[in-house]
Amino acid sequence: MKNEKLISDDGIRFDGRKIEELRPIKFSLGMLKNADGSAFVEWGKNKILVGVMGPREAHPKHLALADRCRIEVLYRMATFSVGERKSPAPARREHELSKVIKEALEPAIFVEMYPRTTIDIYVEVLQADGSTRCAGISAAALALADAGIPMRDLVSSIAIGKVEGQLVVDVKDEEDKQGDSDMPLAIMPSKNAVTLLQMDGLLTHEEFIRSLEMAKKGCMEVYQRQKEALQEHFQKSANNDEET
Amino acid sequence: MLRNCEVFSIPTKIEPRQLVVPGTLLAEGKYNVGFNAYREGEMVYSSVVGLADLRNDTVSVIPLRGCYIPYVEDVVIGEVKEVNPTMWALDILSPYEGILFAKEFLSKPLNTLKEDARSYLDIGEMVIAKVLSFDRTRNPSLTTRGDGLGKIQRGTVITVDFTRVPRIIGKKGSMINILKKESNCQIFVGQNGRIWISGKTRDEEAVVADAIRKIEAEAHTSGLTDRIQEYFAKRRA
Repeated sequence: MKNEKLISDDGIRFDGRKIEELRPIKFSLGMLKNADGSAFVEWGKNKILVGVMGPREAHPKHLALADRCRIEVLYRMATFSVGERKSPAPARREHELSKVIKEALEPAIFVEMYPRTTIDIYVEVLQADGSTRCAGISAAALALADAGIPMRDLVSSIAIGKVEGQLVVDVKDEEDKQGDSDMPLAIMPSKNAVTLLQMDGLLTHEEFIRSLEMAKKGCMEVYQRQKEALQEHFQKSANNDEET
Repeated sequence: MLRNCEVFSIPTKIEPRQLVVPGTLLAEGKYNVGFNAYREGEMVYSSVVGLADLRNDTVSVIPLRGCYIPYVEDVVIGEVKEVNPTMWALDILSPYEGILFAKEFLSKPLNTLKEDARSYLDIGEMVIAKVLSFDRTRNPSLTTRGDGLGKIQRGTVITVDFTRVPRIIGKKGSMINILKKESNCQIFVGQNGRIWISGKTRDEEAVVADAIRKIEAEAHTSGLTDRIQEYFAKRRA
């Protein structure tokens, strides 16, 4: 595997994608009965289920914030989500990603509308194949919309990688592990505002600028899928005007 | 005069009753911002998933999902969750628990040495109450002083999605009047999505509950009042 080329000479990646091509992404909504909002995403081989509870009374009460709603994110990888068994105990990485996802979503939510309450967002990774935080953020935005929580905008996210000297959109697991760099970006698409930008590895200044452009383009594509999923899910309760 | 013209010369960015998502641009210019929309500079955006609505020059969004937030004067149906010596905490299907003081329920102070609050209102019992005051920094305080308010003694209470409440009531009460007329039941719709139905028999109440479920499922379709009327006609036949 180590010596296998990830990008062929004519610019095709090892899974058949072009340099700027995303994996197939399919969002669906509202499959959980007991959560206030839910979303599921199949992002290539990633499978991520997100449940949102709230806004509800903050427990324990001393953690409630007097002026805004508290956002709690729990990112968790299922034991069977990766090739090697993942220990079910929360790892450092999961704590970190929970925080990162929370900070990527919080700017989009009108937290000041529900003081003293909590919104809990549970991101359960059932199958991981690279860029799970991006897929998780994008799905969580839909779950929040499904819960009817007021937001400035949806949040769309994608990762840009540097593999064998080339910048590629939507990093897959193997590309992340063997590549030189990984840069996830989350934006509020209609505001053109960045809510998450991380970088792992090395990029030159020019490469970074180009990555940002590519990521924005990728996010807009994710945003389209998100909007389509919302339209599809809510259409059945909304569009029967032709009946009269 | 000129300013007025300006308002209507700037087109909105949406069709009436178009499905919008958070962040959808609704309008640009001097529109008023209604429910579930927000302004950023000259632009008005949607903040929830819902149906865009333009009335006069106010742009708002009819939500399809969401939770109940109390407003003063709203009449809600609460379930007793907690009993304290001089007050009850009511679940009103909202992030904020309703507080009903003994004074507001009994119209007299409760002597905690002689009486137990539980003898008046126990856990699990339902109360129709009005929101007295609420500003999100404290829990809403409720009262049962007024017509038709107080503890529910008989009938059925069902819960519907709070976003469907306006549809169950209908324009100027058209839908609720059909329900009442066709079923001969007493019906009260709480703003928070709980509905009290009281008829002569349980079966009568079940018929109304069924009709309400139908309204809830087809809330945002047109011609619903006619279909509900048909439903009752079919039931009678």
